[in-house]
Amino acid sequence: MTPAAEGNILTRPIAQLGQALVFLFTALSRMRLSRLQLGETLRQTYFVGVRSLVIIITCGFFVGLVLTLQTYDTLTRFGAGDAVSTVLSLSLFRELGPVLTAILFAGRAGTSVTAEIGLMKATEQLDALELMAIDPMERIVQPRLLAGLLAVPVLTLIFNLTALLGGVVFGIFMMGIDSNVFWGNMQSSVELGRDFGGGMFKAVAFGFLASWLAVYYGWTCKPTGEGVALATTQTVIATAIAVLLLDFVMTAMML
Amino acid sequence: MNAAILNPHMPAIRLQDVTMIRSGNRVLDGFNLDIPAGKVTAVLGPSGSGKTTVLKLIAGQLQPNRGRVLIGDTHVSKLKRSELNTLRRQIGVLLQNGALLTDLTCFDNVALPLREHTKLPETLIRRLVLLKLQAVGLRGAAQMYPQQLSGGMNRRVAMARALALDPELMLYDEPFAGLDPISLAAGGRLIRQINRVLGITSVVITHDVAEVSKFADHVCIIAGGRVVGFGTPAELTDSDDPMIHQFMQGLADGPVPFHYPAPSLAEDLIGPGGESGIRS
Repeated sequence: MTPAAEGNILTRPIAQLGQALVFLFTALSRMRLSRLQLGETLRQTYFVGVRSLVIIITCGFFVGLVLTLQTYDTLTRFGAGDAVSTVLSLSLFRELGPVLTAILFAGRAGTSVTAEIGLMKATEQLDALELMAIDPMERIVQPRLLAGLLAVPVLTLIFNLTALLGGVVFGIFMMGIDSNVFWGNMQSSVELGRDFGGGMFKAVAFGFLASWLAVYYGWTCKPTGEGVALATTQTVIATAIAVLLLDFVMTAMML
Repeated sequence: MNAAILNPHMPAIRLQDVTMIRSGNRVLDGFNLDIPAGKVTAVLGPSGSGKTTVLKLIAGQLQPNRGRVLIGDTHVSKLKRSELNTLRRQIGVLLQNGALLTDLTCFDNVALPLREHTKLPETLIRRLVLLKLQAVGLRGAAQMYPQQLSGGMNRRVAMARALALDPELMLYDEPFAGLDPISLAAGGRLIRQINRVLGITSVVITHDVAEVSKFADHVCIIAGGRVVGFGTPAELTDSDDPMIHQFMQGLADGPVPFHYPAPSLAEDLIGPGGESGIRS
């Protein structure tokens, strides 16, 4: 399977979407659960999850810090500086957490999955598996697909936590907001199911989307240095656009 | 394990009237070849003559546009995916650069087919893997990763991996490309030994004429998408057919052309298409 290269600027994305869906269907239809498969999935989850921790924690903290700073600055003009934790938590849980985590995940883990599969293709490793009667879909694609699904929701949780920590550092320690007010406002405004649960649901969907696109671009890339480079770029661009698009659709449906 | 696919009294592999077209090029054209069972057969030919295509056809990675590919009595190109997988468990393939999985150690690479296709306990798998690695002289490198080993060693580990399930048929794609003289000699001897000790059929794709005579029982020379010579290495070395002679003696000039097919040079340089092509 090679990327749909024919067609014009309008038909090409449609053809590619169709191809990506066929790829996903093939991968899922050959799903076989075994102990080997489970072990490999956990190993991949470790690779994509644990290795994304540093960037997720760093970005989460600074996003929380700057978000609190901006919101606090604006809200104090209306004398509502105490409401900063409401804005912070709602925007984090509903939107920023899942969306930014998915995009960061695509940049950190998605690209490496794409490059890895692309290089395996270029060095005939996928051919070798096939010749040993081992299905590369099962052995290579499925564990990486599931790994994203498992890792992104957990990473989103961690992102939210560290962003809140950033908010606490700026709001409570630097601006002197009373901590009871800070947490009390958050508790009274966040609905567990709708706000937090909805955000986590998004995280699951984005995780699936990000890992699907990463394995798809790796699987279909041209087996050359240039092809792999192009595929990794495409992974980031496509994931960012797809996540933002899906986020809009999901938000519209949830509100 | 499955029933034997090869009968020692008939050809192990038959390619009958195979035509193969890849990206517009007729790589094989009415190609016929019988590979005898229990022997080492080398497939020789200049670069781009379709040698690797022959290997991919035998392994069922490619489907011929016309003709039949038979392993024993099995029609390779007509198999379903599950049937092809059953067949492939009895075929060991060594790809050009070994193609080991780079995220696994040599030990795990060799263990991979055993873990996937058998239900053997781990203690037995360990013994089998160490024996296979011992056979290729790399037991000491069991816990190393492929990138820590040289190209020649990588290929030997890949050979151990290909032998893991005790195949009846071994296919080697350019096992000697880019090897130093010692690895080269060791590789040739290993192919010969494995064939003799295990009593299997081996097909070796190569362009190394000098090496072939040391380990191959039969040699098949292909050029221009057809078989131009088949026989023992000695028979072919003595042949007066100009094409076989050119190849076996390694001569630059002869019936095998140096130039890739193209319109005449004069036409290309001063013809209507030529000038505009240069300007743009």
